[in-house]
Amino acid sequence: MEHRTVYFDNNATTPLHPGVKEALIEGLEIFGNPSSMHGFGREAREKIEEAREKVASFIGAEADEILFVGSGSEANNTVLSLLHCDSTRCFCALSGRSGLVTTVIEHPCVLNTARDLGRKNHAVTYLSVDKYGRIDLEELRRAVTDKVGMVSIMMANNEIGTIQDIKAAARIAHEGGALFHTDAVQAVGKIPVDVRDLDVDFLTISAHKLYGPKGIGALYVKKGSPYCPLILGGHQENGRRAGTENSLGIIGLGKAVELRALEMEEEEKRLLELKNILKDGIAKAIPDTLFMGHPEHCLPGTLSVSFVGAEGEAILLYLDLAGIAVSTGSACASGSLDPSHVIMATGVPVENAHGSVRISLGRENTLDDVQYMLHHLPPIIDRIRTMSTAYRRR
Amino acid sequence: MAKWTYSDKVKDHFMNPRNILREDNEADFHGIGLTGNIKCGDEMMVYIKVNPDKLTITDCKWRTYGCASAIASTSILSEMVIGMTLDQAYAITAKDILKELDGLPDNKVHCSVLGDKALRAAIDDYYGKNGMEDRIRTKGAKIVCECMQVTDEDIEHAVLDGVRSFSELQDMTKIGTGCGECHENAQSVMSEYIQKHFGL
Repeated sequence: MEHRTVYFDNNATTPLHPGVKEALIEGLEIFGNPSSMHGFGREAREKIEEAREKVASFIGAEADEILFVGSGSEANNTVLSLLHCDSTRCFCALSGRSGLVTTVIEHPCVLNTARDLGRKNHAVTYLSVDKYGRIDLEELRRAVTDKVGMVSIMMANNEIGTIQDIKAAARIAHEGGALFHTDAVQAVGKIPVDVRDLDVDFLTISAHKLYGPKGIGALYVKKGSPYCPLILGGHQENGRRAGTENSLGIIGLGKAVELRALEMEEEEKRLLELKNILKDGIAKAIPDTLFMGHPEHCLPGTLSVSFVGAEGEAILLYLDLAGIAVSTGSACASGSLDPSHVIMATGVPVENAHGSVRISLGRENTLDDVQYMLHHLPPIIDRIRTMSTAYRRR
Repeated sequence: MAKWTYSDKVKDHFMNPRNILREDNEADFHGIGLTGNIKCGDEMMVYIKVNPDKLTITDCKWRTYGCASAIASTSILSEMVIGMTLDQAYAITAKDILKELDGLPDNKVHCSVLGDKALRAAIDDYYGKNGMEDRIRTKGAKIVCECMQVTDEDIEHAVLDGVRSFSELQDMTKIGTGCGECHENAQSVMSEYIQKHFGL
């Protein structure tokens, strides 16, 4: 089979949509400071407000409920920082409710912020997940005591693709008197998201996960919600996020969601079909595999799989040599000694976590890519197993 | 294409591993050594054939569960030892393997440390099977922290992974987070390994 490059790591980041690229190139001409009153400034301001409208309408929000931030991580940090606001500079203190409820499978930008809150004597509860990576809503209900100010639960997991019932979780949080935040970085642009229907107070978006540029994200803040800026300075974003706006990034994000609105539904159907072909092909060609993530409540293009006796980094690098890009939950590839906290949390044996591979499809992937993968993966797994201490053929 | 993660030597041995043990010839070997475990992400098994008169290694095969550098380091070790006397092979250190591989990223060093241990275990296995128990030098890993079952080997691995302070060691191994009695001993073991491997 002829060598090709196949990008199957769209949950890590996505290539720019050609339409976004075009908008960015055009946007390079716009240099005015959007806070300036003259024509240059007004032009930049106009573009930013257009983008804000697009982001808002994509998730069913009002424009003034969207603020632009530097990344998904910044958005998540901003929301969780409300818990230690002491009301001296704003009026958002959550009436003594300083506790946080989150889950064990959050992105590190939530988990590490939560740990930091814990070190500062906030009560933090980490909800466990079942073998598919879903939380137990009853456990959530018990966790939301009158000390809890915020519940933060990711909408879709980056590693295994599992989608939570955010609407039900938000309802439970609100019944308990807490605010609700969802990190929807992996969900927005892949599945329909409507903030009014979900009734969340805060929601995080990242542009580079939906074919937009890096270094730009958005935070939805429901009208009337307590809010406290993380970055202090000028009056940008209505005083909610200081720093001169990243006009170019914002233009890119606006274009990206505009295009997602047009293409998402059809495309995700196609990706689901491709994923199922890939999944069936792997199951047929490779014995002793374990598929992770929820069988139904899962992102259409995300496939998480583990191969007994084969270590993830070795799989990743052999695939890389064949031109295929995936990611792994193996400790070896993470820079730490711990395998994926997400996969471990689902109760999968640790050796499966070391041998896990995430294949995440995106808009540029084709059936040819899937077939190329199915051509290369089985011999690679076989090769690794041949030299493994941990695999014997039956 | 951007530069590869590892040296060309590592890449070569990863792409074309030498001396992999096939399933059918396990019984032909005179000494077998196992180290690491799958739970930690790396496990290596080294098999040697020995000339009983000259006490030299005539063949070395292996199996490894682990990442690219683990595979490459066992592969290159198997090439290094063929023809060596058992004493020479016994003296091979992680540093020697690293040098042959043209280096590894810091966080990968613990992988290659396993190969030399598996080899020493294989040599000891040979000694044990051939009435030369007196030559066995491997002492089992000693438990330093009873509560968390952390051994001196664990501390050595942590040091090789870049740990330099006791709090870093605790983050990595949970050592001394139970009763706390081992703190003093654990710190001195850690300092010994830092001295041994990095001369600091």
